[in-house]
Amino acid sequence: MNLATFTLLAVLGAPAAHAVEYTTVLPKQSSIGFEFRQMGVPVKGGFKRFTTQMQFDPAKPAAARASIEIDLASIDAGSPEADDESAGKLWFNRSVYPKATFVSRDVRALGNNRFELRGTLTLKGKSRDMDIPVTYQAGKNASTFDGSFVLKRLDFGIGEGMWADVATVANEVQVRFRIAATGK
Amino acid sequence: MSASNRYSTTAIVLHWLVAALIFSTFPLGLYMVDLPLSPDKLKLYSYHKWIGVSVFLLVAIRLGWRLTHTPPALPDDMAAWQRRASAVAHGLLYALMAVIPVSGWLMSSAKGFQTVWFGVLPLPDLVERNRELGELLATVHQVLNYVLLALVILHVGAALKHHFIERRPFLQRMGLGGKETT
Repeated sequence: MNLATFTLLAVLGAPAAHAVEYTTVLPKQSSIGFEFRQMGVPVKGGFKRFTTQMQFDPAKPAAARASIEIDLASIDAGSPEADDESAGKLWFNRSVYPKATFVSRDVRALGNNRFELRGTLTLKGKSRDMDIPVTYQAGKNASTFDGSFVLKRLDFGIGEGMWADVATVANEVQVRFRIAATGK
Repeated sequence: MSASNRYSTTAIVLHWLVAALIFSTFPLGLYMVDLPLSPDKLKLYSYHKWIGVSVFLLVAIRLGWRLTHTPPALPDDMAAWQRRASAVAHGLLYALMAVIPVSGWLMSSAKGFQTVWFGVLPLPDLVERNRELGELLATVHQVLNYVLLALVILHVGAALKHHFIERRPFLQRMGLGGKETT
């Protein structure tokens, strides 16, 4: 092995040798958005306020933990009218269930900076196991974790009664999130 | 053989088709805006938009037809000011029938809802989601519609006056009653 190869290997090996454990989430660079179809028309929304706690070392996924708590009052449901409507009993019933939470149970490495985050999503008092694929990207100032999954709103009783008609508002809600974090 | 005082069948069919659509979607628009949010409201909004896009397309065809076909002449003894008023009113009717659907389309985009014709053909969003712009365009859409309503009342009133008070066979021009020649 010549010196150049040795140096190269040392540099490539560095991230693994000095693995970062991400613990500090940067809320301003993080986002949670969703998209659903209403009368066949894609409508975008999201949540402005949420808190994330994580301990994540990409080199040791088995020891990783993450949890997110979303303030449902911070919703952008596509229009002011829909924001108001979403608080009601047929939707989030926000006076009783003001938050949505996701708590990880285990994290599995899929290779190529991709991980599967398995855990429990709790919405409107109903809990469901979810497998969420997450892509990790190391950055200079902050690293990002991007995830995307499809949630079926009726699994959680989101949109009951007259709103249960999925021809008007689709059952599938595409959720996309980015968590930016720093660590040491 | 004298010239017909009747519009071409194509022009007549397009006229009444567009009239029927406007007479459906205008009251629908008035009704739907004040409804509390419900699946029915979302459906009605979609129908309103689909009809609006249809009006726009039919009006585009009408304009093309109108520019390539000579309409039947107005009676020779009609006052010059009435001829001018008629030309201006018809021009404004065409302009509003084209501009009003566009204002609705832009409003919908500004409010964050893409227009998808019959739930199948997506129209591009020419403006970004912007609440202030959405409210401004809503006002523009509403005001233009009331101007259209005033013009339609004038249009129908003038046709009825020519036909029934002046006893000229005016309604035949647009296919109502028997075909006559001047």
